[in-house]
Amino acid sequence: MVSKATKSAPSGGKPANGGGNGSAAKSPSRDEMLAYYRDMLLIRRFEEKAGQLYGMGLIGGFCHLYIGQEAVVVGMQAAITADDMVITSYRDHGHMLATGMNPKGVMAELTGRVDGYSRGKGGSMHMFSREKNFFGGHGIVGTPASLGLGLAFAARYRDTDNIVLAYFGDGAANQGQVAESFNMAQLWKLPILFVIENNQYAMGTSVARSSAQTQLSKRGESFGIPGRQVDGMDVLTVRAAADEAVAYARSEGPMILEMMTYRYRGHSMSDPAKYRTREEVDKVKTERDPIDHLRGRLIKAGLDEDSLKAIDREIRDRITAAAEFAQQSPEPDPSELYTDVLLDA
Amino acid sequence: MPTAVRMPALSPTMTHGRIARWRKSVGEKVASGDVLAEIETDKATMELEAADEGVLGKVVVPEGSDEVPVNEVIALLLSDGEDKAALDKSPPKAPERGPAPQPKPVQARLAQKPVPVKEPNRPKPASTEPAAGAATVTQTVRDALRDAMAEEMRRDPDVFLMGEEVAQYEGAYKVSQGLLAEFGPRRVVDTPITEYGFAGVGVGAAYAGLKPIVEFMTFNFAMQAIDHIVNSAAKTLYMSGGQMPVPIVFRGPNGPAARVAAQHSQDFSAWYASVPGLKVISPYTAADAKGLLKAAIRDPNPVVFLENELLYGRSFEVPAGDYVLPIGKARIAREGKHVTIVAHSISVAHSLAAADDLAKDGIEAEVIDLRTLRPLDIETILASVRKTNRIVSVEEAWPTCGIGAEIAALVVQHAFDDLDAPPARVTGQDVPLPYAANLEKLALSKPEHVVAAAKSVLYR
Repeated sequence: MVSKATKSAPSGGKPANGGGNGSAAKSPSRDEMLAYYRDMLLIRRFEEKAGQLYGMGLIGGFCHLYIGQEAVVVGMQAAITADDMVITSYRDHGHMLATGMNPKGVMAELTGRVDGYSRGKGGSMHMFSREKNFFGGHGIVGTPASLGLGLAFAARYRDTDNIVLAYFGDGAANQGQVAESFNMAQLWKLPILFVIENNQYAMGTSVARSSAQTQLSKRGESFGIPGRQVDGMDVLTVRAAADEAVAYARSEGPMILEMMTYRYRGHSMSDPAKYRTREEVDKVKTERDPIDHLRGRLIKAGLDEDSLKAIDREIRDRITAAAEFAQQSPEPDPSELYTDVLLDA
Repeated sequence: MPTAVRMPALSPTMTHGRIARWRKSVGEKVASGDVLAEIETDKATMELEAADEGVLGKVVVPEGSDEVPVNEVIALLLSDGEDKAALDKSPPKAPERGPAPQPKPVQARLAQKPVPVKEPNRPKPASTEPAAGAATVTQTVRDALRDAMAEEMRRDPDVFLMGEEVAQYEGAYKVSQGLLAEFGPRRVVDTPITEYGFAGVGVGAAYAGLKPIVEFMTFNFAMQAIDHIVNSAAKTLYMSGGQMPVPIVFRGPNGPAARVAAQHSQDFSAWYASVPGLKVISPYTAADAKGLLKAAIRDPNPVVFLENELLYGRSFEVPAGDYVLPIGKARIAREGKHVTIVAHSISVAHSLAAADDLAKDGIEAEVIDLRTLRPLDIETILASVRKTNRIVSVEEAWPTCGIGAEIAALVVQHAFDDLDAPPARVTGQDVPLPYAANLEKLALSKPEHVVAAAKSVLYR
């Protein structure tokens, strides 16, 4: 199946093995592809709107956009059940939308309003949904590995067959607690997938400048954890790799998926991104964009432009409504300053 | 002349030992390195090896003997060919140590004008302390902690214990004795030496609704994990708008032990007590250790439970049955009317000893055992100060930004007109803890410092 997406990738972002998983996974149906298209487009439009609202001063602080990486979370999420658990670090809006969290609630959190998922008290990097089994949203680099392992410990403790997707970036892969977590994960054979979103840059430092072993999928080797590099710019490739990995995690234990991906925007809103060239970014955008690629496949599969435009409009309307909602929702009451510090014993 | 075999000090905190078994019998030849006996210490069973060659001439202390002081002669070795008659001569006495030089007491005086600060309402703890006179059992702090965990694990299947050496080794300080046997490896989990990682695993498990007890072998090592305690545990309820409780207990010994030097001898009370979203407990008695650890395990919030290695082996009366204490309530350990002494953990012992001394001079000190450091029971402190008009705080930690500094600030802020003297603080010296025995003594707070501080606020 797939694999056209990886033709002549620019510097960085291309899997060492060509990125196709090489398995004989069944071809996705048109409906499946349409669902992925919708989900990826929702994330892209959401992030573009968040960028606009940030520029207008309606969103403050750090805001890390997921634009370019949409195929990773959409493909992974499609392979798990609603009872499986997800945790990630601070570039988290895409993960929240992929788990089915309401864009209105996410956007209202970004604007710091009372209808946000954390009632305005968490912001971009700290959002949670017990209902959707999304456990954050963590601002400290590397923590999702060990916190996610704790979720996996609980899944095992309770004799469920649920698994955990613990996402973190190429920069986080160098954190000590990630190695500590690999060790315990394999020691205890816990049901967890470590999904390394390798977008090539830890803020401004490229993988080559920060990592002795640049193939991050190999980071589990000394612990006996299998790893694999996946073309994270192709949602169908991600989905196929996720299917295999999820089955492995449920029955065998931990595995590492290194998603070769790329972020189009800066590390955060305030990043001028001088560490890479405009040509590099443009090349990925024109040659490997996950949404354009899937759109092309859908048209080849016989979907007409009008249907796709209708989807585009529908997504735009949802995002416009979310942005409206996020601006109209009131700021938290001053009394909220002192709530949620401790629960009553 | 026979060679004396003495009860060895097999751990930094060992003062007494039990002779579990003699492995050599009288008349048997002994080579250097042979195991003479098995000694049970406060932490483990150890083998006593012979340092000299000869024949075991006499067993002075028979096997099964408890509470044998360190340095006491327990056997006599005869050198080859030496007459048994030599055994009848009186055994050599234990070497005596000279008195250590006495350091000057530490005092700091705070008399600044109070700055009005708007503070959130402090939660008032429920007063549910069991009535005096209830049936008690005599127990060490170590066993009280173990019982608290065991009882709560029986009560709630979501409670589990994890940490280094908690299961098969039964605790580096023998606190988790018997737990693996009763609850199995699913609920008593040995971890690798990986504090940052396993603290994160504990917090993640709490996110999923389990109730982990995370043991740190000592809180010195928890410094590697303090990110998860503060960033991942304490802040998450708030950051999630109330969605994500983190019911977890971080426990282990805190503060200086004995002769383990700077990196193993730090009191982190003030560090954790400064963090909103945490509760911080630092008990002295075995009863409080049990009642408060049970409360901590049941509490839906992250709790830092600071124990003290030197207290593990001390015995106290512990109320029988399901004994649970309210978190956030101090205890009047001794009533008095002339000066208030506020302390926590092992400093309560120093304060009570000081109060005995002060009584000889006709000074009646009121000793308050804080028990909980966050939320701090300031009401109990203020009520006492309004009675005595003088206050001394006692702690083992460094002086700067310590618990004593906080108490002094609060007392000055809320009871300035009731004070007849500036608050005084007794703390550890403002240095990393030294190894040398004499320097270590000089660095730690002691009863005589408390006596001097109490007299200073009484202008005596």
